[in-house]
Amino acid sequence: MEPGNQNTLQTDAMISLRDLHVQYGEREILHGINFDVQRGETLVILGGSGSGKSTLLRTLVGLEKPSHGQIWIRGRDIATISSSELDEIRKKVGMSFQGGALFGSMTVGENVALPLREHTRLEASTIEIIVRLKLDQVGLSGFEDYMPSQLSGGMKKRAAVARALAMDPEILFFDEPSAGLDPIIAAGIDELILELKKAFHMTIIVVTHELASAFLIADRMVLIDKGRVVAIGPTGEMRSSTHPRVRQFFDRVAEPAVEQELDYLQMLTEDHRHGSADVARTKGAS
Amino acid sequence: MELTSQVGGTVLDGLGYVGALATLGGRAAYFTFLGPFRGKRLRWQQAVSQAMAVGVQALPILSLITFFIGLILALQSAYELRRFGALNYVATAVALSMTRELGPLITAILVIGRSGSAFAAEIGTMKVTEEIDALETMAIDPIHFLVTPKFLAMTLMLPCLTIWANAMGILGGAFFGVVQADFTWTRYIQASIDSLFLRDVTTGLIKSVMFGMTITAVGCYEGLSTGAGAEEVGRSTTRAVVISIFLVILVDLVFTALFFFVSGR
Repeated sequence: MEPGNQNTLQTDAMISLRDLHVQYGEREILHGINFDVQRGETLVILGGSGSGKSTLLRTLVGLEKPSHGQIWIRGRDIATISSSELDEIRKKVGMSFQGGALFGSMTVGENVALPLREHTRLEASTIEIIVRLKLDQVGLSGFEDYMPSQLSGGMKKRAAVARALAMDPEILFFDEPSAGLDPIIAAGIDELILELKKAFHMTIIVVTHELASAFLIADRMVLIDKGRVVAIGPTGEMRSSTHPRVRQFFDRVAEPAVEQELDYLQMLTEDHRHGSADVARTKGAS
Repeated sequence: MELTSQVGGTVLDGLGYVGALATLGGRAAYFTFLGPFRGKRLRWQQAVSQAMAVGVQALPILSLITFFIGLILALQSAYELRRFGALNYVATAVALSMTRELGPLITAILVIGRSGSAFAAEIGTMKVTEEIDALETMAIDPIHFLVTPKFLAMTLMLPCLTIWANAMGILGGAFFGVVQADFTWTRYIQASIDSLFLRDVTTGLIKSVMFGMTITAVGCYEGLSTGAGAEEVGRSTTRAVVISIFLVILVDLVFTALFFFVSGR
């Protein structure tokens, strides 16, 4: 592949990443990510804490600017387009944040209605019906008038999904959908993602480190480690992969203790090509 | 040499900060005045509810404080005026100091404590819980959504509060005048009004508008630049209060000096 200088893209993929680099200040977090996501596919981005997977997700929704490379979404490179063009794409993209990120000062219904009120000229009564419909889809019928603080963790995530669905997005992003939930509630969220996939043929991208949930919902998986793609492929293939890093992740083997002095030295001196992103990002959120 | 570069660096940082505040204020002004003509509707409802929180709900405590301040001013000036047998001038002293300086300033300091800190805490918490990010991914500009109504509410409410503060301060002075200095209520109020020129009041109000913008800009800017974690919200709230107080005093100095040289008073 000849990355870096195409203006158009010869692919009908929904999302295409080409040589994507992202850095926070001096520190580079992602070192050249390439992959495509096809229309209607569910891709799970796996990776440990500090692997750069959350940064990747933030970049995909336009919250971080790449320092180099391209992000093609629905045929536009969101790294170079103007903010009003980016807003047009964002209206077709839904994002469910890790903690829900519901607006605490609004009811659940108002939260779901917000993008509709902002971006459409629909009548209030129509919006009300859409809100009821979206809440029904995520199993929260009748919770319109609750405040987010009155909801449990799982319900907050469902409400956040309802809000992400409000504009009938073509692409749906999930940041750690099962983080902080008990196994039963987490399984419920997985079910919800599967239902959405079946019902709407949405392109769904999920960032997680929960293996059980990943194997359940993914069509394809990509494993990110230290800011690079280690492996990518269909779920079945990944499961039987013999790549050492993939096996380590799937078999839940702890990081081996530092054996060689040289490795240790390399870790301490923050070599940007290998160790630093991992070490540095573990401090922040993942 | 070391000192020079440090001073220079601090000055540059300060200018950069003021520049960032101005940018924020400019964007809020854009959404207030130009936005409505470009399909971005003005958030009147939010502005009104902000105005309630910033203005109306501040009235009881503001009344109490400025009444006391008026009373204190009367006592302090009477201490000196009494020696010259000029107790009649208490009304003038109180009215002038309230409308020109203390009314706007006390109001601003109170509003910093009540609302500037609240802006920083509210927006900072939203930042930490990814609500600001959520707004952006929904193609909603956080400045338009959160900051503009606050600017609108503050620039409208601060002069109103200041007028109220002036009145309550004069009332506080009148209380002293009636009890201690042979004034009647009407005579004291009349004496206050007679001693004031319109420009005493208007310069105070112009200052209060500037204070309102400063407080909003600092509160919102500190909120928006909150880092990750709950303790960061506390830190931005503290910074918002300290920086607001400093900048309000600075703006006060600049405008007072300006009025002094322009009008010769």
